[in-house]
Amino acid sequence: MKNRLLWPGIALVALLLLNLVVTPSFFALRIQDGHLYGGLVDVLKNGAPTLLIAIGMTLVIATRGIDLSVGAVAAIAAAVTCVHIGTSPDIGTALVGMAIALVLCAALGLWNGFLVAGLGIQPIIATLVLMTAGRGIAMLVTEGQIITVNNDAYRQVGAGFVVLPISILISLAVLGLVALATRKTALGMLIEAVGVNPEASRLAGVRARTIIWTVYVFAAVCAGIAGLMISSNVSAADANSNGLWIEMDAILAVVIGGTSLAGGRYSLAGTLLGAMIIQTLTTTVYTIGVATEVTLVFKAVVVITVCLIQSPKARAALSFRKVAVS
Amino acid sequence: MTALTTRLPSRFLPVLATVVLFALTFGVGSVRYEGFASGQVIANLFIDNAFLIVLAVGMTFVILSGGIDLSVGSVVALSTMVTAAGLRAGWPVPLVIIAVLVIGSTLGLLMGLVIHKFDIQPFIVTLAGMFLARGLCFLISVESVSIKDTTFRSVATAVIELPGGVTITYNVVIAVLVVLAALYVLHRTRFGRATYAVGGNEQSALLMGLPTARVKVGVYVISGFCSALAGLLFSLYMLSGYGLHAVGMELDAIAAVVIGGTLLAGGVGYVLGSLTGVLVLGTIQTLISFQGTLSSWWTKIVIGALLLVFIAVQRGMIRGRRRQGAVAA
Repeated sequence: MKNRLLWPGIALVALLLLNLVVTPSFFALRIQDGHLYGGLVDVLKNGAPTLLIAIGMTLVIATRGIDLSVGAVAAIAAAVTCVHIGTSPDIGTALVGMAIALVLCAALGLWNGFLVAGLGIQPIIATLVLMTAGRGIAMLVTEGQIITVNNDAYRQVGAGFVVLPISILISLAVLGLVALATRKTALGMLIEAVGVNPEASRLAGVRARTIIWTVYVFAAVCAGIAGLMISSNVSAADANSNGLWIEMDAILAVVIGGTSLAGGRYSLAGTLLGAMIIQTLTTTVYTIGVATEVTLVFKAVVVITVCLIQSPKARAALSFRKVAVS
Repeated sequence: MTALTTRLPSRFLPVLATVVLFALTFGVGSVRYEGFASGQVIANLFIDNAFLIVLAVGMTFVILSGGIDLSVGSVVALSTMVTAAGLRAGWPVPLVIIAVLVIGSTLGLLMGLVIHKFDIQPFIVTLAGMFLARGLCFLISVESVSIKDTTFRSVATAVIELPGGVTITYNVVIAVLVVLAALYVLHRTRFGRATYAVGGNEQSALLMGLPTARVKVGVYVISGFCSALAGLLFSLYMLSGYGLHAVGMELDAIAAVVIGGTLLAGGVGYVLGSLTGVLVLGTIQTLISFQGTLSSWWTKIVIGALLLVFIAVQRGMIRGRRRQGAVAA
């Protein structure tokens, strides 16, 4: 149990130390206008959307599912909000726009839940539908344009500060709420039960379908908020690039955090570590001076390594060798 | 015997549905737009989608065996990059082609081995493959590299005249050859039979003494090879290599295979179905461009809707198979 978090923790510390070696000022924090600035704060700020989506993804994966549509959902949320805000600088318009977007995201989550729990379609495929069509919908909303807005209230979501960046505060708040809701009540256990065996848990009286439905709605709402953060940070919605490949990053964060893709157990703390590792990795590659796109190679290596560590067969092979050596 | 005759139509039903769908979409086009129902429009369907046909063939093998390959789009991009960079460095064309095919097949082999040896889900392994291949593109060059080699360009622009004034490119010939080869392998070789068997029920296939390991690794090698070949066709089509080529093409390939009637659970499906699936996607694109006022992103929405319909039909079929007891739950 405890060494599930050990390896991701060590990896994160190692990455941070590497940063310290490359850029000695990495850990320096300074306060300017009541805001914290510094390398670590940047990591937190840029990692906030990934973390938020990864939290939703953790619960989905715990039910033995997967949600590939989160990136498209994020793009839709950004598109809807920015189109609603338009040229208005009002705080009210921004709030209404965000509310509409999140309600829409919840509806998209219901749709995914319906396909998975209602029709019983494999989650990868069921969410693939929305992943394909979702970008088209987002393009439809923005009419293929990049929508720029100039709304201070909206900018706060992704670029604002209350000492720390507001985006990471939102993500951490959601993380805390989810941790409370699932670990202080039976909800977490029920989710894990559904992941281990949906049929058996249904027979045992767990409302498996409702739970599956709930996690997909939750994941979609998380994706929506993340989409708002991403677009608010640059005050623009781009249906093509908002949230592109973020589903992969989120899945990666969950897997690195020790949540098994086979479902049935999950670790929120692990997901937090995982999301931070991904973001630190991206930042590290950037500060070392390698092209950002090459991060993909590192991510690939990390995924395979983590999967091999998790794989029972690879573990067996390793421990067999250990025994043989000793 | 009676069981066989009653089951046969339901096996072919999805493929028939796809063919009907293709006829319908094409019919709608020819009724609504003048000049749609010409031989050249059909030829253009093949010319514009030759790489997707090759990709869908490789994907058919993987999905038939019960797996999935998310890396194909990235391998296409990597292949265009290797082709462009190789030609820029002055390599002879045959060497470039061999290098690309070897790289693609090797990537497929590695993914297949990891999936089989360590029992890791195909989805996550090929996801890693996708990251790796795209990253390797950017390691070669972050910018787009154009292809200036004269031999390569002359092959790309060469056309073959067919009777009736219809012209096709060499890409189409290669795509058709790949489809024929796949038909032969799937229906006339032991490997093909074993692929269907593994997809139907891996445990039973293993107990029957079929070479399940060879199939499970082999389909990814085939898919990697097809992706590399598709990448070569794509470089002929685009005449450049770029790390952002073919983003999301894996989804098009999966969509084509699913719309072509192959069961995602594995074990049921036909290469000709996937070919028809690609043609359906191509026709929708052509329809939307003929229509003129509809924006191109409608393509994505329509593909998503089609995917949904076909998946729902598949669910019905799987439930039907369960009832017959053909699938061990």
